[in-house]
Amino acid sequence: MEHVSTTERIVRGVLITLVLAFFLFPIFWILLMSFQTNETILRIPPSLFFEPTLANYTALLTGQLKTTAGNLDILFMRNLGNSVLLSTGSVLLSLLLGVPAAYAFARFRFRLGENIAFTLLSFRFAPPLLVLLPLSLYFKPLGLTNSYVGLVWVYQLICLPLILWIVRGYFEDISPDIEHAYRISGHSWRQTFTRIAIPLARPGIAAAGLLAFIFAWNNFVFALILASADKQPVTVGALAFVTASGIQYGQIAAAIVLSVTPTLLLALYAQRYLVEGLSLGAVKG
Amino acid sequence: MSSVADGMVARPVRSRIMRRARPYLLSLPALLVCIGILIPFGTAAYYSMMRFRLNLPMLKGFIWFDNYTALVGDATFWHTVSISLAYAGLTVGLELMLGLGIALLLQKPTRFHNIASILLLLPLMTAPALAALMWKLMTNPNFGILSYLVSLLGIRDFKWASDPSTALFTVVLVDIWVYTPFMMILLLAGLRSLPKQPFEAAALDGVPRSFVFFRITLPMLMPYIITATLFRLLDSIQQFDIIYSMTQGGPGDTLLVFQVRAYLEFFQYTNVGKSAAILMILWAITYFLSNIFIKQWLKLRERTRGHA
Repeated sequence: MEHVSTTERIVRGVLITLVLAFFLFPIFWILLMSFQTNETILRIPPSLFFEPTLANYTALLTGQLKTTAGNLDILFMRNLGNSVLLSTGSVLLSLLLGVPAAYAFARFRFRLGENIAFTLLSFRFAPPLLVLLPLSLYFKPLGLTNSYVGLVWVYQLICLPLILWIVRGYFEDISPDIEHAYRISGHSWRQTFTRIAIPLARPGIAAAGLLAFIFAWNNFVFALILASADKQPVTVGALAFVTASGIQYGQIAAAIVLSVTPTLLLALYAQRYLVEGLSLGAVKG
Repeated sequence: MSSVADGMVARPVRSRIMRRARPYLLSLPALLVCIGILIPFGTAAYYSMMRFRLNLPMLKGFIWFDNYTALVGDATFWHTVSISLAYAGLTVGLELMLGLGIALLLQKPTRFHNIASILLLLPLMTAPALAALMWKLMTNPNFGILSYLVSLLGIRDFKWASDPSTALFTVVLVDIWVYTPFMMILLLAGLRSLPKQPFEAAALDGVPRSFVFFRITLPMLMPYIITATLFRLLDSIQQFDIIYSMTQGGPGDTLLVFQVRAYLEFFQYTNVGKSAAILMILWAITYFLSNIFIKQWLKLRERTRGHA
């Protein structure tokens, strides 16, 4: 291999440190803020040393927020619950709809299949409001406005293309010969699908599911338009919370920390598959 | 595929029909979702040619392309076009350069580099709407750490997102924080998948590094660069989350990009027709870009998988 001089090694080390500092500092700083009272947050100059307090978190957990206008009941925990419910529900529905379709697209070449696969892919890149605004008008007469069912249905817009294209790739990577052999030994088509194809593609299915969960969790605009306060996930809830709680910065920071922790932990857990998921199955890590 | 069926030739006709229908049955739910997307899309196209205001329902009527011609003659619409293009151009250009630089730094798969690349993914996994709130706290004029750091540099009254002259800079900065890791991780995967021989040969011949970079690395990395750039461009031209949760499109009309403007047209001014026309124009841009993107993406996918 090429010779690397000491100066180059030092320069590279410094650059990597700077990059890490820029990208990790905001997370670190908000985490620190979430353990501070407003008095220490407002100190000038800011300092890394303070007496940590859990008051912000207990206020959020109990739903009793201190604001300038007195005590206020904000059920931020409800937003967290909504996020869990919406993301989990969307991913489960997406897997149910997407895995059989992905299998069909991988194993049978048929015009309709390609059309569906590419329509879903191209709408992944269309402006979401284009679909959402007319939907918000349709949802009213259908009684789906501000309902979990309506939201989970709309979330398919992000989850389904992801699941479809990643899982399809995994099915394509499995040699059809294994399935042929199993079929010839007298098993039905359905048994082949559930006992051979699905178990072999399981890592792909799990990865796609985890990523779809992260993207569903991080979505903002769907619920902004289609949900009111009691059904909103954390992304929308946090913004409303900022407006409502005014200058209670520690509580805002704590709410942000609680909202981003689940996706960050999942991302660390699923990092092996992130490259594949982010490129919708086009690039392997 | 077809040979799967050959094993059971002696089955009755009914099962042959079933076999034919199987792929269609399996993809039926996905088809329903597709239709569920296409109906509102068609509706939007239709609304874009209507005089349709939620507050004035009696004026509702079909007016062909009047909404579009009104937009073309509207200076504020051209502001929307130029601010959206500026946002997309700045974010994607800077993210590409930074992402490529970081990917080159972390190219060698050492333990430290791998850990660093994983940690760098954290901003990308933060919801963009929440990332904007984090930066809003850090740029608060009273206690924001960044406002403080800037004041140490001698710059007084730097107002970040609340000043029209620095608002674009601030949201672009947040976008860079969130999405540079996307570029970095795709380009890193690309760099690490390149064949070793050309580089070994170049090293043996003592070819200068800049030559290796511009004549070997860059051309070979091009499919990844093009795919990642188009992918980001498609997202960035329709950015909503970061801008909306940071400034709601303000101050004034400074950051009224396509989707934020369409959103406000719909909910604040209840002008459904105009909002739909803006979104259709945005859709035409993204449709054009996504066709190029999908071609590149399929090429890359084929290359990675070796078939399909």
